[in-house]
Amino acid sequence: MTVALSGKDIAGQLEEKFPGSIEETGQECVVVKSDSLLAVAEYLKNTGSLAFDYFNYVTAVDYYSYFEVVYQLASIKHNHSFVIKTRCYDRENPTVPSVIGLWQGANFQEREIYDLMGIKFEGHPNLKRLFLWEGFQGHPLRKDYLQ
Amino acid sequence: MEVSSDREYIYTSSELDKQEGQLIEEVKAGARETIPDPDAWLDEEVKRNIMLSSVDAVLNWARRSSLWTVICFPACCAFEFIAAEGPRFDMSRFGMEILRASPRRADLMITAGTLTWKMAPVVRRIYNQMPEPKWVIAMGACAISGGIFRSSYNVVPGYNKIIPVDVYVPGCPPRPEALIYGVQTLQKKIAKEHQILDLPQKLLKGNK
Ligand code: SF4
Repeated sequence: MTVALSGKDIAGQLEEKFPGSIEETGQECVVVKSDSLLAVAEYLKNTGSLAFDYFNYVTAVDYYSYFEVVYQLASIKHNHSFVIKTRCYDRENPTVPSVIGLWQGANFQEREIYDLMGIKFEGHPNLKRLFLWEGFQGHPLRKDYLQ
Repeated sequence: MEVSSDREYIYTSSELDKQEGQLIEEVKAGARETIPDPDAWLDEEVKRNIMLSSVDAVLNWARRSSLWTVICFPACCAFEFIAAEGPRFDMSRFGMEILRASPRRADLMITAGTLTWKMAPVVRRIYNQMPEPKWVIAMGACAISGGIFRSSYNVVPGYNKIIPVDVYVPGCPPRPEALIYGVQTLQKKIAKEHQILDLPQKLLKGNK
């Protein structure tokens, strides 16, 4: 079975490599600052002992005071998985760097999040609505969305 | 080919061959005369008679007995429709089983499923492409009113907001029997249609 790596181990490695990039460490995940997300993601993908070459999903959660974007990664080579998260506190204009350059599979999912949550993915080549139509007002999965 | 001796058969293969030969000889012996067409008398009978009916009755009978359905299955109700099509419920007993992938050859739309606003223009276009006369059955709570998704930001609250509906079949999803009953109700409705318009009141005798 796929082994979920421990947050502490990876957080230690990351802290060594990118000091100050970790915001919080959970049991099986780390929360990284959004400005160091790309560097951390690249490290997770390209380091031989981690080799997260498979992108399970990206999704987003609205906690009122901030949005959390959740990435689940897996390694086909080592058969292990890990979750990284990042937060954006700006409700008006939440922005997160896009990870399409590393994992193509994020393309439609980032568009879905943009459509339903209104989070912008910087560097996405085609960031437009996916399920709703052009001209729809608001982002319906936000907790404060009212029809 | 010789059958190996360690297996036992009720008939040996030479016995079976003999029976087959006898059967063929029997059929052949009985096949000297040409069998006449049992319905030959009909021709003569039809020539001597006239059947009277109204145009309405004939056209309505033809239309209601060959309802061809266009495929419009956006959600879960479709599975109940498929069950109704299948051998267990077998809608073809009532002449309503043929599914058409092209709306140009269909005259009935069974709307089996939730409709989102993004899909709505497509469904309307399919409806517009169907030739007249055409009918619509709204199948399931979603098709009637939006069902459990009625308050969603992206669901059309009922197909009758975008196309005219003839028969409503409630349920979530409706049982296949209910759907078949719905089609039968539609057939009854078609039977009452007027193909030829009534004369305008002014032309009727006695009206000035
Ligand atoms: S009425 Fe029920 S079964 Fe039919 S499409 Fe709606 S939710 Fe699905």
